[in-house]
Amino acid sequence: MDRLGCCWRPQAYPLAAYPSVVSGKMTQSQETMAPPSAASRLQLVQSAWAWVGVAPFLIFALMFLILPTLYLIVGGFQDPQGNFTLQNIFDLFTPSIMSAYWISIKVSGASAIVGAVIGFGLAYAVVMGGLPAWIRPTLMTFSGVASNFAGLPLAFAFLATLGRTGLVTVLLVKFFDVNIYATGFNLLSFWGLTLTYLYFQIPLMVLILTPALDGLKREWREASEILGASALQYWVHVAFPILWPSVLGCTLLLFANAFGAIATAYALTGSSLNIITILLYAQIRGDVLHNPNLGYALALGMIFITGLTNGAYIWLRGRSERWLR
Amino acid sequence: MKQSRLGSWIALFIGTLYFVVPLAGTFEFSLRMRRGEYSFDAYRSVFADSAFQESFLFSCLMALATIVIGVLIVVPTAYWVQLRLRKLRPLIEFITLLPLVIPAIVIVFGYLRLYNSSSFLPMTAEIWSTNLLLAFSYVTLALPYMYRAVDTGLRSIDVRTLTEAAENLGAGWTTILFKVILPNVRTAILSGAFLTFAIVIGEFTMASLLNRPAFGPYLQLVGANRAYEPSALAVMAFVLTWACMGLINVFGRAKQIKHAP
Repeated sequence: MDRLGCCWRPQAYPLAAYPSVVSGKMTQSQETMAPPSAASRLQLVQSAWAWVGVAPFLIFALMFLILPTLYLIVGGFQDPQGNFTLQNIFDLFTPSIMSAYWISIKVSGASAIVGAVIGFGLAYAVVMGGLPAWIRPTLMTFSGVASNFAGLPLAFAFLATLGRTGLVTVLLVKFFDVNIYATGFNLLSFWGLTLTYLYFQIPLMVLILTPALDGLKREWREASEILGASALQYWVHVAFPILWPSVLGCTLLLFANAFGAIATAYALTGSSLNIITILLYAQIRGDVLHNPNLGYALALGMIFITGLTNGAYIWLRGRSERWLR
Repeated sequence: MKQSRLGSWIALFIGTLYFVVPLAGTFEFSLRMRRGEYSFDAYRSVFADSAFQESFLFSCLMALATIVIGVLIVVPTAYWVQLRLRKLRPLIEFITLLPLVIPAIVIVFGYLRLYNSSSFLPMTAEIWSTNLLLAFSYVTLALPYMYRAVDTGLRSIDVRTLTEAAENLGAGWTTILFKVILPNVRTAILSGAFLTFAIVIGEFTMASLLNRPAFGPYLQLVGANRAYEPSALAVMAFVLTWACMGLINVFGRAKQIKHAP
């Protein structure tokens, strides 16, 4: 009963590449006896059953990942009556929407680049900076925590630290007589948001770049030293050409990571800093653009940017894997 | 050589400062509720709030549902790909990475259009089905991490031999999956689960747009209306994240020790 009823258990269809001691002989005699058409049909049935194993996953991905996204992409190219149009795409280039995209790109870009530089410094320090051995696992654990400490609590933390009555703000006034808010600093601004994002960007850079730095072989440095290269020459001619795809790729990941974020910015700035995710949030809640299809185009633009970033990342990763194995 | 070591210490110092100062600031701020002295009043106020208890419980249950659904979807798929459909691996991996490409807010926007109360599958019409939709949305968020964790776990064991041995002993596929494969990748599943928990517990966008009373929207409400409670909540969220990561490390290390020769 079980054998017949439950036929997608692996035993029910022994493949040539999957010999079983018990059934091997029988399968062989069956195969030689059966005409070719039946054999190929058997193979077809086998591969169909093999697909059944991943069907739940594919159906789930289709329903809750791919179709919802496709719906928005298609909607971005339609007018309210459902006819094809490029008008929504053109409408994205109005100043208010463009400025939202632009602020998002600036914040994500600045936090990615600064995060990458500091993250590189930290990763380099633990991998080859000659620090005590216990520092590396400690930094890795810290980074794991901090890179996941995002969203609303992160905004609260920075408000409590660098807000108008925050600890650092107060201490700076008390001991150095410096009021950062008098110098024009504002946490609810471009630099404030960038500074906040850095809290998860730096550790993320450390986490994803350390494996690449591990791949930088000691022998290469020794070889270049023996050949009389200076430290600068080693960096310019050996380390940098090997590392740049990884570093740039990781920077792109940081960019995409910040670009889709909303909760931190929403809690920090309310709607005073109109980044694209906050505009889209308002559009979903209350159709602030008075055009649902323009909302879809807004989402389409976001997917376009993150898609481009990730595509470049994948290409760069392919390049970096040539050397760093 | 000496100079480069100094540079390393400086880099580490700056990094540590950046990591510690906001935490210290938040903690100090959370103690300021009572005028003139430090107290834990803000924490007391948070714990006494029934909305805190309800939303936190709701998000914990959501996280649990997400983990169960995620494991049920990811483990059989990763197992099957490893065993039979190796040529499908690039496609499956690509799909599991999509949630990193498509921002969460876009995914939930699609849900609201595709599964609203007047659509062919009105999932947002009832509370239970909206909860289910929220859990599914969290599964997609956690998919990249969950799949990676399980896939790494499966690669470290000999899936084929284990399956054949179980088959020869007469095991059905449910037995193979639940009694042979699952226990062997338990560590990987646990680390995926804790990471999922850390992601889901404070998630704001999806819960807010699907209008569910989760912890994330509650945090937003408190943040907009209270002075000291938000920093108390931030400290608690940090401790929670720390606990999740710590547990991942503990389980990961236990496995390493077991496998050491």
